[in-house]
Amino acid sequence: MSSLILPTLRHQPARVLPGFEITLGFTIAYLSLIVLIPLSALVFKTLNLTWEQFWQAVTAPRVVASYKLTIGASFIAALVNAFFGLLLAWVLVRYQFFGKKIVDALVDLPFALPTAVAGISLTALLAGNGWVGQYLEPLGIQLAFNRNGVLIALIFIGLPFVVRTVQPILEDVEKELEEAATCLGATRWQTFSRVIFPALAPALLTGFAMAFARAIGEYGSVIFIAGNMPMVSEITPLIIISKLEQYDYAGATAVALVMLCAAFVMLLLINGLQAWQRARSGASS
Amino acid sequence: MSVQHTTPTHAIKSTGEPVWLRRTLIVIALLFVFLFLILPLAAVFTEALRKGFDAFLEAFKEPDAWSAIKLTLLITAIAVPLNLVFGVSAAWAIAKFEFRGKAVLTTLVDLPFSVSPVVAGLIYVLVFGAQGWFGPWLQANDIKIIFAVPGIVLATVFVTFPFIARELIPLMQAQGNEEEQAAMVLGASGWQIFWRVTLPNIKWGLLYGVILCNARAMGEFGAVSVVSGHIRGQTNTMPLHVEILYNEYQSVAAFAVASLLALLALVTLVIKSVIEWKQQRLMAELAALSPERPPVRAATA
Repeated sequence: MSSLILPTLRHQPARVLPGFEITLGFTIAYLSLIVLIPLSALVFKTLNLTWEQFWQAVTAPRVVASYKLTIGASFIAALVNAFFGLLLAWVLVRYQFFGKKIVDALVDLPFALPTAVAGISLTALLAGNGWVGQYLEPLGIQLAFNRNGVLIALIFIGLPFVVRTVQPILEDVEKELEEAATCLGATRWQTFSRVIFPALAPALLTGFAMAFARAIGEYGSVIFIAGNMPMVSEITPLIIISKLEQYDYAGATAVALVMLCAAFVMLLLINGLQAWQRARSGASS
Repeated sequence: MSVQHTTPTHAIKSTGEPVWLRRTLIVIALLFVFLFLILPLAAVFTEALRKGFDAFLEAFKEPDAWSAIKLTLLITAIAVPLNLVFGVSAAWAIAKFEFRGKAVLTTLVDLPFSVSPVVAGLIYVLVFGAQGWFGPWLQANDIKIIFAVPGIVLATVFVTFPFIARELIPLMQAQGNEEEQAAMVLGASGWQIFWRVTLPNIKWGLLYGVILCNARAMGEFGAVSVVSGHIRGQTNTMPLHVEILYNEYQSVAAFAVASLLALLALVTLVIKSVIEWKQQRLMAELAALSPERPPVRAATA
């Protein structure tokens, strides 16, 4: 069908429907005003610094400690989310059980619950006198006001990403392939690891990268539970806030630029992963 | 277990897991959901009601709490419609037309999702703050943007920027242009096409985007915290009010206001689930339609 239309479309404008110029114009104008121009302010303001000033601001020991914590905790949280996200997606797609629809709806809670609410609620649970904390403290396990708290908050906010990227792919996995593998003598584990898992891998990696990217920038849920000790449990977004509170605008801008660059890298990575996933699912169907 | 299965059930069995494994996986998954989702949610409401219902209501008698609620509603009432117009416009341009740089534009629309909320707040300080690009000019003309309501609106618009657009773009791409082109051939104007053909097709996706955008706009903390200045009764939104109460050890009051936000999250999830079930039913109905009117979505899927 498309081969019939294409030759004519090449010669005359393909835009039959109205409103192209005005919607594209408005989109670009709004995007520039709200996102691009303000973001460019970050770059231009950083250019006012000398290289030494910039380097000093972004490599101060306290800042470097915050990068390590932010990246490390985000990575571990994303790994935990990849594992449990895959498990949750699997259980939700493949099995029937009581309350499944409610669980399915609840998975999106971290998207809908304001981060500050999540932060104080997790703190109330895990503090020494909290519901969960009171049983753990006698065992010497402290989950609030230290790095463990950072990790738990990041697991919470990243939870929906893996489930929601893997779930639709898992729904589309062809049962016939599994049956064929079983007929050819594969055990259930072999079928999973050699047939199902490779089909899910791009979606799983995408979900992992999204959870990781979200965790790196997260602020609201973490600061209540982290204890925010410099060099120990202080995340990078908090460094920016505390620099701002000390009117160190140059320092805050420099660290923010580092975070923005990290965000760009993650965005490109996620885009690449999604393209891979589309190519994969396009090739298999 | 007996071996006398009929062939179909046996075939299903062979590609499923043994019962013990199924049960173990379900239990682990439910335990995770209980610990990480249900407990935190339950904690908000129990902490809010810990000292009884009167203490809970006490939190809302404070004028600062009321002004925080009103400010949050005002901010949302500005930010969501702005992003709604943008989302529809961006989706129309991106989904209905081919043009150079479309992939770049789509990526840029998603950009605010990857930017840390704190950075999102900071960039507006750099543009409109005292040391910012327009700072001196704004001060000379006595206009306040940072540490005032306009700054909070801008930061909220930034963090909720992609929500509606990213719901609509894939939806409108999947639906294609055939119906709009048919309407056009029949003599409909651009507005008529949009209101009578496109909007009815995208209304659920649109509503879905709006409620997600709304939830995030009401709950945004990091970005708003940078630009608000935390002036009690003036520039404190509900999440910021929660923070202040919490830091002042007014735990019950903090959780009382937080429980309103948690309630908002629950309502959002309920509406979202209802929309999803509606859409699934619609898909099933379309798939069951007779082939003389081929279902659009099923055909493009």
